[in-house]
Amino acid sequence: MESSPLTSTPLFHLGPVAITTPVVTTWAIMIVLAVICRLLTRRLAMMPDARQAVLEAIVSGIASQIEDVIRKDARPFLPLLGTLFIFLVVANLSGILPGVQAPTSKIETPAALALIVFFSVHYFGIRARGWRGYLASFAEPKLIMLPLNILSEITRTFSLMVRLFGNVMSGGFVVGLVLALAGLFVPIPLMVLEILVGIVQAYIFTILATVFIGAAVGSVESA
Amino acid sequence: MDFKIISIIGAVIAVSIGSIGPALAEGRSVAAAMDAIARQPEAAGTISRTLFVGLAMIETMAIYCLVVGLLLLFANPYAG
Repeated sequence: MESSPLTSTPLFHLGPVAITTPVVTTWAIMIVLAVICRLLTRRLAMMPDARQAVLEAIVSGIASQIEDVIRKDARPFLPLLGTLFIFLVVANLSGILPGVQAPTSKIETPAALALIVFFSVHYFGIRARGWRGYLASFAEPKLIMLPLNILSEITRTFSLMVRLFGNVMSGGFVVGLVLALAGLFVPIPLMVLEILVGIVQAYIFTILATVFIGAAVGSVESA
Repeated sequence: MDFKIISIIGAVIAVSIGSIGPALAEGRSVAAAMDAIARQPEAAGTISRTLFVGLAMIETMAIYCLVVGLLLLFANPYAG
């Protein structure tokens, strides 16, 4: 029972703080993404070349997806949700690289991302409706729904975390099991499936965060 | 019986029985979405986005079972 997926062993200590492998991987992904974005957006022109056209297609694609769900101008939400999606795609797919374990396959990274979504939902809700309007929205159909609405805030954050963790972790787990049972080259179809699952889960996480934010902002029906 | 074996059997039962319901539900929802797309191909974008969100909601139940199984196997609170 040494390879429990729920715990992670510290890699080294930074003062009193234990640094584990997912933290290092996350920082590496963040640095790589930041450097790539900095390099790609260095010379932006009015007449886009091929590189800039691809970038614009990605950004406007994410923005139009957000606009379809929220039915408002996507610009205030684009930095958070776009970053979330791109980070999740890279983080989920990083498990394919040999020697790298996807940081989202340990429970801390999905927990942190779900907490970010949890707090940003309230931030956007309060900013769009004001304190009174946002707090009143919890008692929306009837006052008796108040405990259920508060409970659903917590459970949907929890299920957001567990969904991402469970899918990414079980992908790696199954590949490891099949590798141990059947040997080399057999788990390759499963790894292809894992690529698909990683992208789909990144999409689902982002679209659910968008739906939650849209419900808090008050333009779509609560999910 | 040994405590470990009981935990393993519990995890197996949780995952196997707990995944039946979500599997049936996901099958039904995908079939309904296919039907809707076949009738109205121009609404495919909206239908498939709603389908993904709905599938994620259904899948949550199966993942709760997975979490219970994992907790039984790796983080059992009653293990001595």
